[in-house]
Amino acid sequence: MSENTHTQQHPGYGLYILVWAGLVGLTTITVALAGFNLAGLTVVTALAIAIVKSLLVTNYFMHVRTDSPVFRVFIFVCIAIFIVVIVLTFFDLTYRFPLK
Amino acid sequence: MDYVSYLEYKGKHKGLLGWLLSTDHKRIAILYLVSLIVFFLVAMTIGFLMRLEMLSTGKTIVNPQTYNALFTLHGVIMIFLFIIPGIPVVFGNFFLPIMLGAKDVAFPRLNLLSWYFYIFGALLVILSLFVGGGPIDTGWTFYVPYSLRTQSNVTLAVFAAFVIGFSSILTGLNFIVTIHRMRCPGMSWFKMPLFVWGLYSTSWIQLLATPILGITLVLIMAERLFGIGIFDPALGGDPLLYQHLFWIYSHPAVYIMVLPAMGLVSEIIPTFSKKDIFGYGPIAMSSLAIAFIGYLVWGHHMFSTGISDTSRAIFSFLTFIVAIPSGVKVFNWVATMYKGSIETRAPFLFVVAFIIVFSIGGLTGLVLGSLNTDIHLTDTYFVVAHFHYVMFGGMGLLFFGGLHYWFPKMFGKMYNEGTAKFGLLLFVVGFNTLYFPMFIMGYLGMPRRYYDYLPEYKIYHIISTVGSWILIAGILILIINLVRALLKKERLTEKNPWGGTTLEWQVDTPPTLENFEEIPVVEHGPYYRDNLIKPGKSH
Amino acid sequence: MNNEATINHGHAHRDDLGSKMGMWLFLLTELLLFGGMFILYASYRYMYADNFKVAAMHLDTLIGSVNTILLLTSSLTVALSIAALQRKQTRFSVYLLLFTIVAGGAFLVNKYFEWSAKIGHGIYPKGPEMANLSDGEVIFYGLYYVMTGLHALHVIVGLVFIGFMVVFILKGKQTFDNFQRLENAGLYWHLVDIIWIFLFPLFYLIH
Repeated sequence: MSENTHTQQHPGYGLYILVWAGLVGLTTITVALAGFNLAGLTVVTALAIAIVKSLLVTNYFMHVRTDSPVFRVFIFVCIAIFIVVIVLTFFDLTYRFPLK
Repeated sequence: MDYVSYLEYKGKHKGLLGWLLSTDHKRIAILYLVSLIVFFLVAMTIGFLMRLEMLSTGKTIVNPQTYNALFTLHGVIMIFLFIIPGIPVVFGNFFLPIMLGAKDVAFPRLNLLSWYFYIFGALLVILSLFVGGGPIDTGWTFYVPYSLRTQSNVTLAVFAAFVIGFSSILTGLNFIVTIHRMRCPGMSWFKMPLFVWGLYSTSWIQLLATPILGITLVLIMAERLFGIGIFDPALGGDPLLYQHLFWIYSHPAVYIMVLPAMGLVSEIIPTFSKKDIFGYGPIAMSSLAIAFIGYLVWGHHMFSTGISDTSRAIFSFLTFIVAIPSGVKVFNWVATMYKGSIETRAPFLFVVAFIIVFSIGGLTGLVLGSLNTDIHLTDTYFVVAHFHYVMFGGMGLLFFGGLHYWFPKMFGKMYNEGTAKFGLLLFVVGFNTLYFPMFIMGYLGMPRRYYDYLPEYKIYHIISTVGSWILIAGILILIINLVRALLKKERLTEKNPWGGTTLEWQVDTPPTLENFEEIPVVEHGPYYRDNLIKPGKSH
Repeated sequence: MNNEATINHGHAHRDDLGSKMGMWLFLLTELLLFGGMFILYASYRYMYADNFKVAAMHLDTLIGSVNTILLLTSSLTVALSIAALQRKQTRFSVYLLLFTIVAGGAFLVNKYFEWSAKIGHGIYPKGPEMANLSDGEVIFYGLYYVMTGLHALHVIVGLVFIGFMVVFILKGKQTFDNFQRLENAGLYWHLVDIIWIFLFPLFYLIH
């Protein structure tokens, strides 16, 4: 059995362009927001928008949405390890350099 | 079709080129085997010289600068050129496809490339000994700020480690895809041999941890070459962040070392107990658990460095947790042996030695994992003893054990078993004589990486050095025994000399180029026997 | 991950899924390579929050935004080129890839001007102006040069990849029903884009 190539339904041109428009829109928003003083929320909002953009690129441009679920598992494992490592590192930093 | 073994196969290239350019996973495994043994012997000789130096206080045979270079090189070569590549690149490369019922790995050319990365990195390590500021003297851990300031050849040596890292990543990548995509019909995930589960877990660590070391090494080079200043305290950098990043790789790295070895144990025990494995599921899952939890414990290398108390408590707790899946394995191995029909052949004895030695190493790891005891024992010989017990007594011993298990299949020759058992005996006696006194002198306060010491430690150093001679004698006997077997004229053609049940014991001895004439179809689990010995029934 | 999905039937067989898997696994290593740098960025930003903001003000938000749009658009064209090849619109597919290369090239040109400006002002490792900056600013620029530099290297690699794909398509080695290599090159390019999606706000937009 060949599951090569043509059994996957890749998006048409229109969907790609729509995603691109969303990406450009989100970029505009994130640049505009930089002008405001959001204090503690600055990093969180910037990261949140970046994450949404990445999800768009990953799911639609990189076809993760329509591909075999194994790729989602791979990505999830990678990100889980990254997050766990950064959290553990911050357990050290937040106590060595307490925020005043 | 006439039988031609992979050793004699004549392909596109002739002679030596036929080996250097071969994409046959078996030939690549042999290329790695020869390289690994060469570097092991080099690093072993360095260890021999180190122990000679430590026979007496003050200078014995080398000056302090040379000693620093010696222990650095011993570590770098053993860790990056022997233990980490170790079992995966020799036995994984040779047997993974065969155990899965496949003809090769997923990306055979990448496989060959991984060996060339390894050799190129190794050559750079050798080059770093002679060029520029002289051999590196920072310890294999390259800690900043010393590694940023020392005149020795850090940049080249660190670049060598970076290159070798690519070899590791490519191997891991290749194995993961091979295991996902190339299992033969009938071989579901839970019908794979446990060695494969060990390789699979290891491959994920190789894939996801090595890049972090990669970037850390790049930053060392960037700081030395361009003065970037990310770790340099003089420029506002935090040296502890270097240690964090370094150990975020290097702790999982020890699981790269031990998981394949544990997988090997799960192969050898059923074969010589003539019994199905006990607890296949838990053993398989424990490999994945160790791989994952192994990412969470790196701070236990940094307990005395000034990191926060909260993080130290968390890392200590997690360190205790990671011991649990290893315990699961040991219990299942013992349960497999229970009421089995034990054959004390040489490979089995290697495994028995491993279980004892590794348990000592593992338990002392718990001593080091407790905060209060670690403060006294960190950076002493206790740590040196601990990691040699687990790394050398663990992976090192099983590397030779695996060699004795699979040697007949790989080369179609049989070694003298009596000599092998004697070599193993010398190995075990020498090993314990060499390393056990280190626990004691570490407890009494002897620091590691020290060239000189107070007279009260002298007796332990002397015993230890004598142990190193016995150990080396054992290793040489083992190696020479195998080499003599290789040179014997008498061929072994028996497909299954040990009575194993996994697929490699059903192919020719040695295997042909494509392993199988027909891809097998698998029905049972990997350790299933027709004459299964059930608990309660006598044989 | 069931058994029927494997391709081990003994005969030589093109395994597109396996090929894609190999590329994805490689991408994960790249993610963690940059991940290590992001850990450092997060740590130092936490330690030197105010000085990071001071340093970031000297980066040109306009160039950064233009570069972001360039990469996003080049990601679009790469994705479109695969769709075009699948629809046998080979010419269109090649033009889309050429646009990608041009956009990537423009990104690099912008980067060159950005770096030149900084270097001209003495703001580079061991540069004359660095001694006047606070520790936090020095670290900021250290991270800036390493991360954008590493990223630029990956852009170059990605462009070479895509260049090869143009050649393959023109030579008929990638076709409407054999395009996994093109897709792999696309995946690599999208990763380069995603890394920039994070670099941009973290370096240019902290005010």
